[in-house]
Amino acid sequence: MASGSEEGSGFPADDYESLIATTDVELLKRAWRNEKAAPEILHFQTALVQRSREQIQLMEETVEEFGENGTDPLTVSLYQMDLDRTQFLLRSYLRIRLQKIEKYMFHILKTDVWSRLSEQEQKFAKRCTDDMERHLEQSVLSRLPDGYQSILKQSVASEEDDMVPEPRLDTFVFCKSKGSIEAFQLDDSKEVVDLVADDLYILRYNSVKPLIESGQIDLV
Amino acid sequence: MAGQSDPHISLFSAQEVEFLGEDEMVEIVPNMRMDPLNLICGDFGPFRPQIATQVPLWLAVALKKRGKCTIRPPEWMSVEKLTQVLEAERNSLREFQPLPFHYVEIARLLSDHARDDIPDVYMVRSLIEDIRDVRFHKVETGLETIHERTHAVKLKNLSAMEANIVRPFVVRALQAFYKHDSPEMIPQPDTTAIRRRQAADRGPKRDRRY
Repeated sequence: MASGSEEGSGFPADDYESLIATTDVELLKRAWRNEKAAPEILHFQTALVQRSREQIQLMEETVEEFGENGTDPLTVSLYQMDLDRTQFLLRSYLRIRLQKIEKYMFHILKTDVWSRLSEQEQKFAKRCTDDMERHLEQSVLSRLPDGYQSILKQSVASEEDDMVPEPRLDTFVFCKSKGSIEAFQLDDSKEVVDLVADDLYILRYNSVKPLIESGQIDLV
Repeated sequence: MAGQSDPHISLFSAQEVEFLGEDEMVEIVPNMRMDPLNLICGDFGPFRPQIATQVPLWLAVALKKRGKCTIRPPEWMSVEKLTQVLEAERNSLREFQPLPFHYVEIARLLSDHARDDIPDVYMVRSLIEDIRDVRFHKVETGLETIHERTHAVKLKNLSAMEANIVRPFVVRALQAFYKHDSPEMIPQPDTTAIRRRQAADRGPKRDRRY
């Protein structure tokens, strides 16, 4: 029942061996780890989540059948454990994203981060911002002097939307590279490093962001 | 509850690190007969008495708890090997010895649930505790040497649990150095000589092999 995934969620085409050897659970684990460790919300893994949902559903039905046709309790409990573990990964993945949406809702709404959300998450984000806007307006903003009533700006004099919390993309993250990467440029500094496969590094998120998206680096 | 382990979203709890460690494969020797398991995470079995097979650690512990198997401790978890590792750790001031990424979690789960399958289990436990202490002391000493803006840190052979423990501190410390040690804030002497030298050696600037 372990279905390998052939449509990589952003894996480079020449990584064939790792592609065919990776189960959906492994991919889900990776998505969960990356999402947890990254300061900003990442692209929603639509295909992976869909497949995982289907597998979980299938397994739930299987376990139910086991219960009915009298399979021994040991087997049933082992299948249930595996089911629980997979469900945990999926649920935690979705919940982390929701937490990030709640934290950075206005930022998400007004930038292209919006495109990284699933349809349901977008609906959720919109509801969040609507509710928050209404709440702040009714409780505080309407009673502030004119020129200070905006949800996005501190005052009319602000040039940018400085009341909108943004994720800190320059934070440091722990990561591991799948293969060795030579001459990797560390963002704005003049420094260039060689990354050895499988060694643990602490780098700035900005620098490794494109490599995470392409699947070459995992956050730990 | 899923996803609510910590108010700070990007921190992993110890349980979550253990959860990841539970997927490591170990060898078991079943004492019963069971059909293959076609789980979402993989296919395992068939299980036949006295015939060793590989399963994930969580599955091994589940079977062991129900008295259905014995677990073969991994090769590195012997008194002999661990004594070697401990000595090497003590002799090397800045390097970490290679150990499985999840060695802490594996050792903990096995000694909690499969004590009788580990020869000299108390010795093994004590060695692992000593190893953890020595390594952690190295991490602390190494962290003390960070005294300026650092763009990259290499932690060769550090394990998952150890990395997770130091993560909050290290991230904040590096961030603080980055912010306060910015070249815009402090006038720099001419650094072209330094840059030329760095171009030749391209490990991370502060390659901390501690």
